[in-house]
Amino acid sequence: MKVQVLFFASLREALGTAGETLEVGEGCDVAAARALLAARRGEWQRLASPRIRAAVNQALVAEAHGLAEGDELAFFPPVTGG
Amino acid sequence: MAISVSVQSEDFDVGVEVRALSIAGVGAVASFVGRVRESQSGLFAMTLEHYPGMTERALHEIAVEAESRWPIAAVRIVHRVGRLLPGEQIVFVGVSGPHRGEAFAACEFVMDYLKTRAPFWKKEEDANGAHWVDARETDDTAAARWQR
Repeated sequence: MKVQVLFFASLREALGTAGETLEVGEGCDVAAARALLAARRGEWQRLASPRIRAAVNQALVAEAHGLAEGDELAFFPPVTGG
Repeated sequence: MAISVSVQSEDFDVGVEVRALSIAGVGAVASFVGRVRESQSGLFAMTLEHYPGMTERALHEIAVEAESRWPIAAVRIVHRVGRLLPGEQIVFVGVSGPHRGEAFAACEFVMDYLKTRAPFWKKEEDANGAHWVDARETDDTAAARWQR
Protein backbone atom coordinates (compact mmCIF):
# COMPACT_ATOMS: atom_id res chain seq x y z
CA MET A 1 0.00 0.00 0.00
CA LYS A 2 1.03 3.60 -0.47
CA VAL A 3 1.31 6.39 2.09
CA GLN A 4 2.12 10.04 1.52
CA VAL A 5 5.17 11.03 3.59
CA LEU A 6 5.92 14.65 4.51
CA PHE A 7 9.01 16.23 6.10
CA PHE A 8 9.24 19.64 7.76
CA ALA A 9 11.75 22.27 8.84
CA SER A 10 15.35 21.14 9.48
CA LEU A 11 14.48 17.57 8.50
CA ARG A 12 13.04 18.70 5.15
CA GLU A 13 16.17 20.75 4.47
CA ALA A 14 18.57 17.95 5.42
CA LEU A 15 16.77 15.41 3.24
CA GLY A 16 16.40 17.86 0.37
CA THR A 17 12.74 16.96 -0.12
CA ALA A 18 9.37 17.96 1.33
CA GLY A 19 8.00 14.45 0.90
CA GLU A 20 7.32 11.43 -1.25
CA THR A 21 4.93 8.60 -1.86
CA LEU A 22 6.19 5.55 0.03
CA GLU A 23 5.29 1.93 -0.63
CA VAL A 24 4.91 -0.01 2.63
CA GLY A 25 3.69 -3.49 3.49
CA GLU A 26 0.23 -4.25 4.85
CA GLY A 27 0.11 -3.87 8.62
CA CYS A 28 3.03 -1.43 8.59
CA ASP A 29 3.12 0.89 11.59
CA VAL A 30 4.84 4.25 12.06
CA ALA A 31 7.94 2.63 13.56
CA ALA A 32 8.35 0.33 10.54
CA ALA A 33 7.90 3.17 8.03
CA ARG A 34 10.41 5.25 9.99
CA ALA A 35 12.93 2.34 9.97
CA LEU A 36 12.44 1.89 6.23
CA LEU A 37 13.36 5.54 5.59
CA ALA A 38 16.22 5.64 8.13
CA ALA A 39 17.78 2.59 6.42
CA ARG A 40 18.66 4.80 3.44
CA ARG A 41 21.67 5.97 5.47
CA GLY A 42 23.24 9.43 5.26
CA GLU A 43 20.93 12.24 6.36
CA TRP A 44 18.02 9.77 6.38
CA GLN A 45 19.43 8.34 9.61
CA ARG A 46 18.07 11.48 11.30
CA LEU A 47 14.72 9.69 11.19
CA ALA A 48 16.01 7.11 13.67
CA SER A 49 16.12 9.76 16.41
CA PRO A 50 13.21 9.67 18.88
CA ARG A 51 13.34 13.49 18.80
CA ILE A 52 11.78 13.33 15.34
CA ARG A 53 8.03 13.23 15.97
CA ALA A 54 5.45 11.54 13.76
CA ALA A 55 1.90 12.56 12.86
CA VAL A 56 -0.63 10.56 10.86
CA ASN A 57 -3.41 12.43 9.08
CA GLN A 58 -2.38 15.57 10.95
CA ALA A 59 -2.54 14.20 14.49
CA LEU A 60 0.44 13.22 16.67
CA VAL A 61 0.62 9.45 17.03
CA ALA A 62 2.60 6.77 18.88
CA GLU A 63 5.13 4.62 17.04
CA ALA A 64 2.81 1.61 17.13
CA HIS A 65 0.09 3.47 15.21
CA GLY A 66 -0.93 1.32 12.24
CA LEU A 67 -0.89 2.85 8.76
CA ALA A 68 -3.61 2.55 6.12
CA GLU A 69 -3.60 3.07 2.36
CA GLY A 70 -3.50 6.76 1.51
CA ASP A 71 -2.49 7.95 5.00
CA GLU A 72 -0.55 11.19 5.34
CA LEU A 73 2.51 10.44 7.49
CA ALA A 74 4.56 13.45 8.60
CA PHE A 75 7.93 13.52 10.34
CA PHE A 76 9.27 16.66 11.98
CA PRO A 77 11.67 17.97 14.64
CA PRO A 78 10.43 19.32 18.00
CA VAL A 79 8.19 22.33 17.44
CA THR A 80 9.41 25.86 18.20
CA GLY A 81 6.46 28.19 17.58
CA GLY A 82 4.98 30.89 19.78
CA MET B 1 -17.86 28.75 23.29
CA ALA B 2 -16.42 30.95 20.55
CA ILE B 3 -13.10 29.75 19.17
CA SER B 4 -11.18 31.58 16.48
CA VAL B 5 -7.90 30.31 15.04
CA SER B 6 -5.91 32.01 12.32
CA VAL B 7 -2.53 31.18 10.80
CA GLN B 8 -1.50 34.02 8.54
CA SER B 9 1.44 35.91 7.10
CA GLU B 10 -0.17 39.32 7.68
CA ASP B 11 0.24 41.27 10.90
CA PHE B 12 -2.66 41.48 13.34
CA ASP B 13 -4.26 44.34 15.30
CA VAL B 14 -4.30 43.61 19.04
CA GLY B 15 -7.16 46.11 19.54
CA VAL B 16 -9.34 44.31 17.02
CA GLU B 17 -8.57 40.94 18.59
CA VAL B 18 -9.31 42.12 22.14
CA ARG B 19 -12.57 43.78 21.05
CA ALA B 20 -13.64 40.54 19.38
CA LEU B 21 -13.22 38.81 22.76
CA SER B 22 -15.27 41.43 24.59
CA ILE B 23 -18.63 39.76 24.20
CA ALA B 24 -21.78 39.96 26.36
CA GLY B 25 -21.40 38.53 29.85
CA VAL B 26 -17.62 38.72 29.81
CA GLY B 27 -15.98 40.39 32.80
CA ALA B 28 -12.38 39.63 31.96
CA VAL B 29 -10.23 39.57 28.85
CA ALA B 30 -6.63 38.31 29.18
CA SER B 31 -4.24 38.36 26.25
CA PHE B 32 -0.65 37.63 25.34
CA VAL B 33 1.40 38.92 22.42
CA GLY B 34 4.66 37.25 21.39
CA ARG B 35 7.16 39.35 19.42
CA VAL B 36 10.44 38.79 17.62
CA ARG B 37 13.08 39.99 20.09
CA GLU B 38 15.20 42.97 19.14
CA SER B 39 18.07 40.89 20.44
CA GLN B 40 21.57 41.79 21.48
CA SER B 41 22.82 38.82 19.47
CA GLY B 42 22.21 40.59 16.18
CA LEU B 43 19.19 38.75 14.82
CA PHE B 44 18.31 39.93 11.31
CA ALA B 45 15.07 38.06 10.81
CA MET B 46 13.12 34.97 11.70
CA THR B 47 11.19 32.68 9.37
CA LEU B 48 8.30 30.60 10.66
CA GLU B 49 7.39 27.39 8.87
CA HIS B 50 4.25 25.42 9.69
CA TYR B 51 2.37 22.29 8.74
CA PRO B 52 -0.74 23.63 6.97
CA GLY B 53 -3.86 21.87 8.16
CA MET B 54 -2.34 20.21 11.20
CA THR B 55 -1.41 23.57 12.68
CA GLU B 56 -4.96 24.93 12.60
CA ARG B 57 -6.25 21.64 13.93
CA ALA B 58 -3.75 21.57 16.80
CA LEU B 59 -4.54 25.16 17.78
CA HIS B 60 -8.27 24.44 17.73
CA GLU B 61 -7.76 21.36 19.93
CA ILE B 62 -5.75 23.41 22.42
CA ALA B 63 -8.57 25.97 22.62
CA VAL B 64 -11.14 23.19 23.16
CA GLU B 65 -8.92 21.73 25.89
CA ALA B 66 -8.77 25.16 27.60
CA GLU B 67 -12.55 25.36 27.49
CA SER B 68 -12.87 21.95 29.14
CA ARG B 69 -10.70 23.14 32.03
CA TRP B 70 -12.03 26.63 32.74
CA PRO B 71 -15.45 28.29 32.38
CA ILE B 72 -14.37 30.67 29.64
CA ALA B 73 -16.39 32.42 26.95
CA ALA B 74 -14.02 32.80 24.00
CA VAL B 75 -10.51 32.00 22.79
CA ARG B 76 -8.73 33.70 19.90
CA ILE B 77 -5.38 32.54 18.55
CA VAL B 78 -3.52 34.29 15.72
CA HIS B 79 -0.11 32.97 14.69
CA ARG B 80 1.96 34.44 11.91
CA VAL B 81 4.12 32.48 9.47
CA GLY B 82 6.75 33.53 6.96
CA ARG B 83 9.66 35.95 7.41
CA LEU B 84 9.42 38.35 10.36
CA LEU B 85 11.74 41.14 11.45
CA PRO B 86 12.85 42.06 15.00
CA GLY B 87 10.04 43.89 16.78
CA GLU B 88 7.29 42.30 14.71
CA GLN B 89 4.39 40.49 16.34
CA ILE B 90 4.41 36.68 16.06
CA VAL B 91 1.48 35.40 18.07
CA PHE B 92 -1.69 36.58 19.81
CA VAL B 93 -3.56 34.50 22.35
CA GLY B 94 -6.62 35.98 24.01
CA VAL B 95 -9.16 34.47 26.39
CA SER B 96 -12.31 36.01 27.82
CA GLY B 97 -14.49 34.78 30.62
CA PRO B 98 -16.52 35.84 33.62
CA HIS B 99 -13.53 36.53 35.91
CA ARG B 100 -9.83 37.24 35.62
CA GLY B 101 -8.57 34.07 37.32
CA GLU B 102 -9.73 31.67 34.64
CA ALA B 103 -8.93 34.11 31.82
CA PHE B 104 -5.30 34.49 32.96
CA ALA B 105 -4.87 30.76 33.58
CA ALA B 106 -6.44 29.68 30.28
CA CYS B 107 -4.38 32.21 28.33
CA GLU B 108 -1.15 30.92 29.85
CA PHE B 109 -2.24 27.33 29.30
CA VAL B 110 -2.96 27.96 25.61
CA MET B 111 0.47 29.59 25.13
CA ASP B 112 2.32 26.78 26.94
CA TYR B 113 0.54 24.09 24.93
CA LEU B 114 0.95 26.01 21.67
CA LYS B 115 4.72 26.15 22.17
CA THR B 116 5.03 22.37 22.57
CA ARG B 117 2.18 20.99 20.42
CA ALA B 118 1.46 23.22 17.47
CA PRO B 119 3.62 22.39 14.42
CA PHE B 120 5.55 25.62 13.88
CA TRP B 121 9.32 25.85 13.42
CA LYS B 122 11.51 28.94 13.69
CA LYS B 123 14.59 29.62 11.61
CA GLU B 124 16.76 32.54 12.65
CA GLU B 125 19.05 34.62 10.45
CA ASP B 126 22.03 36.42 11.95
CA ALA B 127 25.56 37.38 10.91
CA ASN B 128 26.55 33.69 10.95
CA GLY B 129 23.81 32.68 8.53
CA ALA B 130 20.52 30.90 9.01
CA HIS B 131 19.88 28.20 11.59
CA TRP B 132 16.87 26.34 12.96
CA VAL B 133 15.95 27.13 16.55
CA ASP B 134 16.26 24.20 18.97
CA ALA B 135 13.29 23.28 21.13
CA ARG B 136 13.79 24.39 24.72
CA GLU B 137 13.39 22.10 27.69
CA THR B 138 11.87 24.98 29.67
CA ASP B 139 8.95 24.98 27.21
CA ASP B 140 8.32 21.29 27.94
CA THR B 141 8.50 22.01 31.66
CA ALA B 142 6.03 24.87 31.29
CA ALA B 143 3.56 22.65 29.42
CA ALA B 144 4.04 19.72 31.81
CA ARG B 145 2.75 21.67 34.83
CA TRP B 146 -0.74 21.64 33.26
CA GLN B 147 -0.82 17.88 32.98
CA ARG B 148 -3.40 16.12 35.10
